[in-house]
Amino acid sequence: MNSLLLWPKQPLLSLLLLLTVALPFLYAARAPVQDLIARLARALSNPLRLGARWFGQTAYRLRMRNREVLFAHGSRELKLTIERELERVSALVQRDLQGYPAMQRKLMDEITQIEEDFRRSGEVPPPPPEWVKAIEELAKIKAGGDGVVERILADICKSLDGIYQKVVAEYRRAYQERHNILKRFLPFWRSASQTLTQVERNITGLHESAARIDSNVARLEAIFARRSEAEHALTASASTQLFVSGLVMLIAFGGAYVNFKLISLPMSAMVGGGDYVTETLRASEVAALVIVLFETLMGLFLMESLRFTNLFPLGNITERMRRHLMWVSLVILLVLAGVEVALAVMRDQIIAADVALKQTLGGAGAVAPAEAGWVTRIPTAGQMILGFTLPFALAFVAIPLEYCINSGRVVLGAALVLALRGIGFLLRLAASMAKEGGKLAGALYDVIIFAPLAVERWVVRRRTPAAVPTAPPAGGPLPPIPAQPEEAV
Amino acid sequence: MTLRRLLLAGLAAALLPGCGPQVNRSQAVYVLVDTSGTYAKEVHKARSVVNYVLGTLQPGDSLAVARVKSRSFSEKDIVAKVTLDRDPIQATSQKRSFGEQIAAFANSAQASGGSRYTDITGGVMQAAEFLHETGARSKTLIIFSDMQEELDHKTVRDLPIKLEGIRIIALNVTKLDTDNVDPRRYTGRLEWWEQRARAAGASDWRVVNDLEHLERVFAGRG
Repeated sequence: MNSLLLWPKQPLLSLLLLLTVALPFLYAARAPVQDLIARLARALSNPLRLGARWFGQTAYRLRMRNREVLFAHGSRELKLTIERELERVSALVQRDLQGYPAMQRKLMDEITQIEEDFRRSGEVPPPPPEWVKAIEELAKIKAGGDGVVERILADICKSLDGIYQKVVAEYRRAYQERHNILKRFLPFWRSASQTLTQVERNITGLHESAARIDSNVARLEAIFARRSEAEHALTASASTQLFVSGLVMLIAFGGAYVNFKLISLPMSAMVGGGDYVTETLRASEVAALVIVLFETLMGLFLMESLRFTNLFPLGNITERMRRHLMWVSLVILLVLAGVEVALAVMRDQIIAADVALKQTLGGAGAVAPAEAGWVTRIPTAGQMILGFTLPFALAFVAIPLEYCINSGRVVLGAALVLALRGIGFLLRLAASMAKEGGKLAGALYDVIIFAPLAVERWVVRRRTPAAVPTAPPAGGPLPPIPAQPEEAV
Repeated sequence: MTLRRLLLAGLAAALLPGCGPQVNRSQAVYVLVDTSGTYAKEVHKARSVVNYVLGTLQPGDSLAVARVKSRSFSEKDIVAKVTLDRDPIQATSQKRSFGEQIAAFANSAQASGGSRYTDITGGVMQAAEFLHETGARSKTLIIFSDMQEELDHKTVRDLPIKLEGIRIIALNVTKLDTDNVDPRRYTGRLEWWEQRARAAGASDWRVVNDLEHLERVFAGRG
């Protein structure tokens, strides 16, 4: 750099002189330099724009593909839900319709019985006999002090009192009977009420199922109509599913790790304690891992054959083969669980022997074995139970795994679309920066050679009449940088 | 068909650890215990060291304990040797038996008193032979001695020793009365042994006198 300076101790002055000398050359080279800058800017921005467009189109195609997958998956899930709901409704209707004639007959019998009882309770005692009118006529006779009449009337009164008592007693008995009939109503009323409540409950259940089916059908229609709200709902649902299934799988992973630790030590007795597959990985640990993975695999097959999951395309196998697969998986799982129980016992023995050895080597001498009571057996029993239970618990990991895979594909696809769009945006930004940078460089060049340009403008103004505008000469004052064709996005 | 193929693949994966390529990570340890002269009274410390080493060994590892006497280049001087079984329960049983043998040796060595001369070189030659024969990846020779060699005039030990790949640890190198008079004798003695060991191809040479922290010496395998 110093070689360019005439007076290295005065760099500013040297640079100024250098610029003054260079200015005519820079002015002369203005047109090709401006062209070069513009071409460079285009050479940079055009590929960037192409890249941005490619990323944008790929993101769009991927989004469309994700959308189709999402809709397909969502519609499949909804169809299955609707099918299950319809099965429930069908079962409910079938069950209730089967029992409905009997229920109706029972209800009708009870209503008939109630009607009969009601009619009987409404029966009134027979009207008073005709002699009552005669008595009424006799009652109009005035006593008038006639002793015979008085005696006759007294006899009649006495007789009537007796008859009255009898009639009243009869009347009360009749009413009591009616009350008893009415009392017998109660159980029938209750039974009828219960029957009607049951009917109402069934109807309500049907109504709720119908409402659910309606709701799911509406969602299915939204999916078929490819509505964006359905897409958003399905994406949000997939994210939630991924989170929940991930959490469940994390728990399952913890269980698998416990299982692994439980069998890795005793596996050394089977595959060799001092064998290493790699520098740090023991063969026994690999074998234990394989056992755990094998259990998980059998669990997957079991869940698949039980139709709890749908990870493998088993639609082409017959029902008989599916049952065989289920039994084979279950038997292998049982065998592995049994092996784990045995390994758990062996692990306990190895640890006990190791502890005893270390006590002996440590100088404690031969330690008397602890009394083999049931309390000392608890850890062994616990390990055995764990060893038997964990393989079956691991089998259920197939369900969250399926959800994780299905929802993971959607979430991963959405994340990929976002990433592609982000890259596209960055490329577009870089293209714009390159384009504007080219313009800026051209303008900066003109700023550097502003003095010759000013002289040129002055000369042009002197030579050209003010009223007649002329075209600027070649390399004239500030020709605009050719605009780049706008990329259609 | 796909299912059957999957089942077969799973079965193959289960059998893979049993027949796949294996890495030799076994180790062999040879403990040379000086029973000569006044050092014989240190044998109980050697027993602790052997017990510690025994506790760190894994199935497939080898261990031998030999004594240093007036002439030590002999299999008869190997007190006990074992290569642990691959079965951990069996290995534990072997360790227990080995510990008992060492206890009996320690008691007898203390009771019988020390030998007249100290043939460390002969013991080292015997140890190298044993360690190379084991084929272990990591070979360690522990010399429990004051490293003061004394040979009778008939014994010839100025021979080249082959100690390639053997790590040598001199444990509990006690200072003699003469070392107390002139410490240069002690350092000179150790330097001489180190030079000899390294010239013979030993991969490492260490002197450890702190027996309280043996885990620092035997940390890790190899």
